[in-house]
Amino acid sequence: MNNRNEWPLWEVFVRSRNGLDHKHAGSVHAPDATLALQMARDVYTRRQEGVSIWVVPSDQITASDPGDKAAFFDPMEDKVYRHPTFYELPEEVNHM
Amino acid sequence: MTSTQPAGALCADHMRYVLRIADGSLILGQRLGEWCGHGPVLEEDIALTNVALDLIGQARLLLTHAGRLEDRGRDEDALAFLRDESEFLNPTLVELPNGDFAQSCLRTLFYAGWQQALWTPLLQSRDAELAAIAEKSRKETRYHCEHLSEWVVRLGDGTDESHARMQSALNYLYPYVTELFVPDEIDGAAVAAGIGPAVDTLRAAWDAALLPVLAEATLELPGATPFRSTGRQGRHSEFMGFLLAEMQSLARAHPGATW
Repeated sequence: MNNRNEWPLWEVFVRSRNGLDHKHAGSVHAPDATLALQMARDVYTRRQEGVSIWVVPSDQITASDPGDKAAFFDPMEDKVYRHPTFYELPEEVNHM
Repeated sequence: MTSTQPAGALCADHMRYVLRIADGSLILGQRLGEWCGHGPVLEEDIALTNVALDLIGQARLLLTHAGRLEDRGRDEDALAFLRDESEFLNPTLVELPNGDFAQSCLRTLFYAGWQQALWTPLLQSRDAELAAIAEKSRKETRYHCEHLSEWVVRLGDGTDESHARMQSALNYLYPYVTELFVPDEIDGAAVAAGIGPAVDTLRAAWDAALLPVLAEATLELPGATPFRSTGRQGRHSEFMGFLLAEMQSLARAHPGATW
């Protein structure tokens, strides 16, 4: 952190039920990992939203650049053959 | 009234035993509620408010139970908002002003540590309602102890400024801890009836849980003093009247109001 008066930012991921994935819930400021977990618990699970929490230092996440969006994602637009629905299945193949 | 309840004076002692526990939660919940909107950071503001709401939830259950034991038609609201100062039986510790964040954290930890020590033996209470409330509350209290311990350690073992503030909070609060463990005839009656432990038996668990935290926080225990607070007897500090005035004014101005 450049500003020594600011606590680092942590991204919070909450699993709402056993068997489901952790989903990004938001972020908290906290001085360290232990308190980040507690802060996340108090801010994002106070209405029984979760059974498990991950916190990750925000500066440890490498994100794609919004400026690269066109190059990154647009080429997939016309690749319809990558979807299984593109293919007609023979009658013999049931329940695919 | 259930058939297991003792009659007469025993029942009054039983009610007062429960009321003391209820009032501790209620008054500390009220004090922590004062932090709402004033926490040092948004996250901690919510954390402290969560603790306050847990405490008020405990108080509601305990006051309702005390009202039933008393059997004079007083519900949780009547007991919380229509009693006068001398009828409140919380230890003085919980009515003291919040002070700074360090003092608020340490006070809450001190009381949560006492509650934690209490809930365990209360699980065996012959008062099934009280045992059930203890079972529900101890999970909340365990988290309160964990959360506040983190702060006490970080501030005590932090900067010169935060250490000085936490040490000064300890010097101020520690003399009020004594009262938490001074038993009287109400405790004696509770022990005899199998309702709950006498408070002096809770000291060892409190010491075992909290002294290591204070040590890790590099804090020094102040020396013993002859001072003993008396809130559990209904004789309160000068701060209690102001607290009650604020807490009770709405309910007293609009009797029977619901919202």
